[in-house]
Amino acid sequence: MLATSLDVDTSEYESASGWHLRPDGACRGDVCVPLGDGVRSADGSRVQLDRLAERLGAAFVHDAPRGLYAIGPSTVSGRALATAEAPELELPDLDGNPFRLSSLRGRKVLLVAWASW
Amino acid sequence: MHPKGLEVVTVGLDAGGVDAVRPWIEAAHPEHPSLIDETHVLDELFGVTNVPNAVWIDEAGMIVRPAEPANIERSPLREMDIPEGLPPRIHDALVEVKEIRDDSDAYRAAIVDWVERGAESPYALTPDEVIARSQPRGREQSEAAACFELGQHLYHAGDVDGAVQWWRDAHRLDPGNWTYKRQAWSLASTAPGEPSDLMQGPTELYEGNWLDDVKAIGGGGNYYPAFRP
Repeated sequence: MLATSLDVDTSEYESASGWHLRPDGACRGDVCVPLGDGVRSADGSRVQLDRLAERLGAAFVHDAPRGLYAIGPSTVSGRALATAEAPELELPDLDGNPFRLSSLRGRKVLLVAWASW
Repeated sequence: MHPKGLEVVTVGLDAGGVDAVRPWIEAAHPEHPSLIDETHVLDELFGVTNVPNAVWIDEAGMIVRPAEPANIERSPLREMDIPEGLPPRIHDALVEVKEIRDDSDAYRAAIVDWVERGAESPYALTPDEVIARSQPRGREQSEAAACFELGQHLYHAGDVDGAVQWWRDAHRLDPGNWTYKRQAWSLASTAPGEPSDLMQGPTELYEGNWLDDVKAIGGGGNYYPAFRP
């Protein structure tokens, strides 16, 4: 995810990454990574991206001239998926209406990625 | 398949956003959710690395097949004879496209089997298999994702030169991710107002291009591997 400061809203990171930041660590499905001190703010509402990146084995890139920060995906499993539990996905349709993948729970889903290019 | 409990969701990965995908979506008149992913978030969340790719998710929200090549329909390009007299690069690109195995019948049959038999279907993988078969992801892939996102942000902000710099880094770090490459090449070689350039030939902006990069990995069969039951 992209940020204009080193620390961001925890919920923003959670929806961008699929990881949930809890007192016991960063969790996705049944996988949890301990975070230790200095990653989350005292009340848990903010998270410091460079320290989080270190714990999750994620890349952290700084575009200094433009004041931008980007954290890459976690590498804890060495694969794109750390768990088989599908992450939440919320994307807009053509009219800008948000659609949540979890709204289809109870049905099988074929999620197809395509592109105009 | 819908009455049997299968929902199809299509996601257009396009930094060009609504404008880039609208003509395609409107022509297809989809009855299923048809979504737009400007930042290629499907790469990060599901391990998509090329299109078309598909992910199977069961009723409980568990992935039973990770992102993989998904030939749902036969491609006329793969079946046609290559006309004579084409410019050499177009001829060579078509040769590589024809190298991609057309396994759409087997892929569709696998979907039908899963829809009918659920977890009993041999095509529904265990959670461990799903993780193991998802794309490799180390530091370089993670850094490439961060670079791609910086580029996408700058492209949107109108800083095309800045976007190109970050996208070049993404290509170098994760050469196996074709969504990063094809997206950037297409934006570099498509004239304003024209449909996306699918040839994606050499430009001054990027070291790679579609034909030479496909040849470098051994051709179309490696670029878009066959369905692996």
